[in-house]
Amino acid sequence: MNKKLLASPYIIWILIFTILPLALVIYYGFTAQTPDGIVFTLDNIKKISDPLYWKAFLLSARLSLLCTVICLILAYPLALILAKSGNGKKTLLVFFMILPMWMNFLLRTYAWLNLLEGNGVINTILQFFGIPKQQLVNTPFAVVLGMVYNFLPFMVLPIYNVLIKIDDSLIQASSDLGANKFVTFRKIIFPLSLPGVISGITMVFVPAITTFVISDILGGGKIQLIGNIIEQEFTFASNWHTGSGLSLVLMVIILFSMAIISKFDKDGEGAGLW
Amino acid sequence: MVKRFFERFYVLIIFVLLYAPIAILFVLSFNASKSRAKWGGFTFKWYGELFHNSDIMSALYTTLIIAVLSATIATIIGTVAAMSIHNSRKLPKMVLMNATYIPILNPEIVTGISLMLFFIMFKINLGFITILLGHIIFNVPYVILNVLPKLRQLNKHTFEAALDLGATPTEAFFKVMLPELLPGIITGFLLSFTFSLDDFVITYFVKGAGINTLSTKIYSEVRKGIKPEMYALSSIMFLTILVLLLIVNKRSEKQEKKAAVKG
Repeated sequence: MNKKLLASPYIIWILIFTILPLALVIYYGFTAQTPDGIVFTLDNIKKISDPLYWKAFLLSARLSLLCTVICLILAYPLALILAKSGNGKKTLLVFFMILPMWMNFLLRTYAWLNLLEGNGVINTILQFFGIPKQQLVNTPFAVVLGMVYNFLPFMVLPIYNVLIKIDDSLIQASSDLGANKFVTFRKIIFPLSLPGVISGITMVFVPAITTFVISDILGGGKIQLIGNIIEQEFTFASNWHTGSGLSLVLMVIILFSMAIISKFDKDGEGAGLW
Repeated sequence: MVKRFFERFYVLIIFVLLYAPIAILFVLSFNASKSRAKWGGFTFKWYGELFHNSDIMSALYTTLIIAVLSATIATIIGTVAAMSIHNSRKLPKMVLMNATYIPILNPEIVTGISLMLFFIMFKINLGFITILLGHIIFNVPYVILNVLPKLRQLNKHTFEAALDLGATPTEAFFKVMLPELLPGIITGFLLSFTFSLDDFVITYFVKGAGINTLSTKIYSEVRKGIKPEMYALSSIMFLTILVLLLIVNKRSEKQEKKAAVKG
């Protein structure tokens, strides 16, 4: 086997199908169509400061941060419980955790409408307890709920995977040395689980801040996230330059936040550059 | 005891949350009324009508064909690529690995629009081919990431031993290397298949007019109301997968037990 020959096709594959398409986004992001032809411009990038776009961006940032925090709060105890349950039960619980993902995610999100509506399941339960009807659909609340629902397993699984690898003898040693459960958690378990927490945060935050589907279904067109704006620039407005410019801004912000987050991961399980 | 109770209760709540929408979809698949907002009595008719709904059937067909083809092709490309990454020197290896992570770390919407721009730039008509290519492109990295660890575990001397014992490189590859890599390759294939089956965002941007997968079909119906046949279809698919997974689980449990007895 000639090793050099083997490597080159994959390099070409990456160049054509990964690098070149991204280069096109950069190209469109930094150019504009004018009567004189295509010219270099920063306008598409600057459009993020346009009140309409800025509002959408802030809303995306707020909702996705909220979603990430809620996912973390819900997922960590769950991962702890899963990790310390018996072997057979553990596999079963993880299996049922992943199983819903095999039902189309658009349909699952859509089904939340039935739960949230004026005459939906949740309002019926609320009324049973004498609480007045709540407007739940088409609110930021519904969108965050949809995000948490869809992305929760992405937070649970990485944390769970790290927790089950923690050596029991470390925890025993900690209690032998006089630490109570809380101190053991704070000084041993939590620091060791950080890589899982970090990959969980990225796996939840990135899809949440870029989504346009969840806001579309559960926000009923009333909640405009930056994902919705970018999608519309490409589909209805056919303004690829603006859409690309906004995507670039979004990408840079995501890369920046991931760089900050990975600072907490001292062992650096990531892949070199990222 | 109290703590135990709280833990169980907590897990229960989360699972109720996870399964509530699925329960809703099941119920809706038996709802005689076309509107999801009211209950019109129990019926099986959507399960029958499903097979006469040519829109849904062709979307299902496209989804399955794309999933099988893209997973198969991505598995082949990914396995070869993993071997080439494994064999390269340190610097190219790092560059290649980081490039492999790009489609995984990039937001789907960016991958989607970048591929759309790419296909349009090269005047490839948006349709079946571009969906297939798009799915292959985002699946290859997952295959690589599953095959690479197996390559690292591989004892390279077994391959050389096979050659010394007179096997041709092809024979040595298929009889010695491949069986060792197979678990990683199969995981990569299954992941690719699942991702392809469930993908919406990338398909949405690269599909063009006149062709739909189940996901894009569902999305196009969100505003005017999803047809009840779709609930029936997704219920059937969900149950099929549940049964398949349970069988696979049972079998691997048995094998583990056997291995444990032998060991």
